Amino acid sequence: MAIWLTENSKIIVQGITGSEGMKHSRRMLASGAQVVGGVNARKAGQTVDFDGTTLPVFGTVKEAIERTGADVSVVFVPPKFTKDAVVEAIDAEIPLAVVITEGVPVHDTAYFWAYAVEKGNATRIIGPNCPGIASPGKSNAGIIPADITSPGRIGLVSKSGTLTYQMMYELRDIGFSTCVGIGGDPIIGTTHIDALQAFQDDPETDAIVMIGEIGGDAEERAAAYIEQHVTKPVVGYVAGFTAPEGKTMGHAGAIVSGSAGTAQAKKEALEKVGVRVGKTPSETAVLMREIMNKL
Amino acid sequence: MDLFEHQAKELFAEYGVPVPTGKVAHTPQEARAIAAELFAAGSSKVVVKAQVKTGGRGKAGGVKLADDADEAEALAGQILGMDIKGHTVHKVLIEEGSAIAQEYYFSFLLDRANRTFLSICSVEGGVEIEEVPHDRLALVPVSPLHGVDRATARSIAEQGRLPEEALDGAAALIERLWAVFTDEDATLVEVNPLILTADGEVKALDGKVSLDDNAAFRQEHDRLEDKAAADPLEARAKEKDLNYVKLDGSVGIIGNGAGLVMSTLDVVSYAGEDHGGQKPANFLDIGGGASAEVMADSLEIVLSDPDVKSVFVNVFGGITACDAVANGIVSAYKLLAERGETVDRPLAVRLDGNNAELGRQILTDAALPGVEQVDTMDDAAERAAELAAAGA
Repeated sequence: MAIWLTENSKIIVQGITGSEGMKHSRRMLASGAQVVGGVNARKAGQTVDFDGTTLPVFGTVKEAIERTGADVSVVFVPPKFTKDAVVEAIDAEIPLAVVITEGVPVHDTAYFWAYAVEKGNATRIIGPNCPGIASPGKSNAGIIPADITSPGRIGLVSKSGTLTYQMMYELRDIGFSTCVGIGGDPIIGTTHIDALQAFQDDPETDAIVMIGEIGGDAEERAAAYIEQHVTKPVVGYVAGFTAPEGKTMGHAGAIVSGSAGTAQAKKEALEKVGVRVGKTPSETAVLMREIMNKL
Repeated sequence: MDLFEHQAKELFAEYGVPVPTGKVAHTPQEARAIAAELFAAGSSKVVVKAQVKTGGRGKAGGVKLADDADEAEALAGQILGMDIKGHTVHKVLIEEGSAIAQEYYFSFLLDRANRTFLSICSVEGGVEIEEVPHDRLALVPVSPLHGVDRATARSIAEQGRLPEEALDGAAALIERLWAVFTDEDATLVEVNPLILTADGEVKALDGKVSLDDNAAFRQEHDRLEDKAAADPLEARAKEKDLNYVKLDGSVGIIGNGAGLVMSTLDVVSYAGEDHGGQKPANFLDIGGGASAEVMADSLEIVLSDPDVKSVFVNVFGGITACDAVANGIVSAYKLLAERGETVDRPLAVRLDGNNAELGRQILTDAALPGVEQVDTMDDAAERAAELAAAGA
């Protein structure tokens, strides 16, 4: 099962001919994902070669879907063109659009999110500024290094790429059903809550790791959701306890504003609903290991 | 990027939002000259306002009224150099006094939770918006697809319970503020207070604007940057495209990925508690790749902070394999030597993830002076704090 991405997922890459698009299409293919083509209006009709796999380049997402049956698009186009690329994916009603691009203006993200909502949410958006989604042993859409872990029954949702990798690696012997990097921008498509809901419903997931960081109140809202709807064990980690107020820490959304968005408040909200929160990433992995050993 | 009040108002004026006439002064003499002009033009009073990027200026004594140019000069003299919540006042805005009949509140902002824009409007202004009771505030979502036209603007003002006589003026002003918000890629446009003057005009008496750094490629926001106030190390890091934030501790931090680096700051702070309160000296995210050049630039920036007593290089090899990172560190030492720099403080290095064994072997073989390898992030943080304490 896994969530949102399975062995049957057929992936296209918007921006396949760019350097990032090329590099990660090759990596996705090498990890066993079914990448079936790419999109670039200016290079339609050409093909791209990846170590023996030749992929067609289509002019539009719509055409790519019609010709390949693709149901996932991974977006690598530069920030300037991301809004139009995602709007195109939404218009083509692709079920999942994974937006890797970093540095998208928040007005553009707000626009394509509103556009997706107005179109009835036919397209799930993950990102932007995220590492993507991986279902180890099944498929990989984005830049998550799938080979650092193994298939298993932990679900992972995280605002941070590298902390996702670290967690996947520390728990590689137990393994993961799906790992979702939702990104650290102020506005994102898929949230912690969306992933928690999907993992709760996924028969192949037994427990969930949730990684948050300073900024906004997504973790607090996730805590409220867990209290009401999640019966599977959840372990949490929050980064940025020592981040100074008013400074953006790498991710555009990672900022403590006044007394809002602090790591302490997030940790307290999670602990209040019974989520065990690790002090460090390694301690968090240990907490999850204890839970999995008891199940 | 947050703007100063005077910058926000200059931006407002460009978009046709009514603001009081005024100019910025950096010295009491300049303040006097500007005030004299304003009095000559018919002002009965002028306001001297501290320009700092923080709230509570009035309470701190940073906003004063003057009856003549002499007084304006004297007040500017008092306010310039003042410290307001850790911000030193380097300039004052000298403005014509306004005959205030009523004060309101208005803002456009990002609503992260609902993933949209929000306007907030209230008939109660001039106070902290957090202090206004909820039933006196209108929170009106704004669709990024449909925006704000004159009719929507009027409706927002009505929901904020602005009186009939202010509605036309407020609607026009709100519509123009929406243009500021969208055309400038702002994440916040706040006017507090928005005033109705004695002669029935609606004006922005204050202004607060935050701009989206991600939109720099299509904006001309460089001109608004406060280069004088920027930390010199942060400015140098920015020139080299490094994501660096100066902090006030002694352990230099270099890591890959924003989340991991934030986490590294925390882990170092916890470890530092047992070593005389050592704290991280900076945030530095080298991103996905870790080429020799990026590593060399990073070490150079971190080590040029004299407070740094040790450096913690914390890399998790995900996409970038650890052998590449290790080679990056080795080459960085060579590059730095070519630049005439030496790494004169100890490094605790933690490499984990993809090809970690290979990476560790490369560092062992290179035997770089001052480099110690530690297997886990927590232990490496401990060691870095210990080294910093020893070097202090």
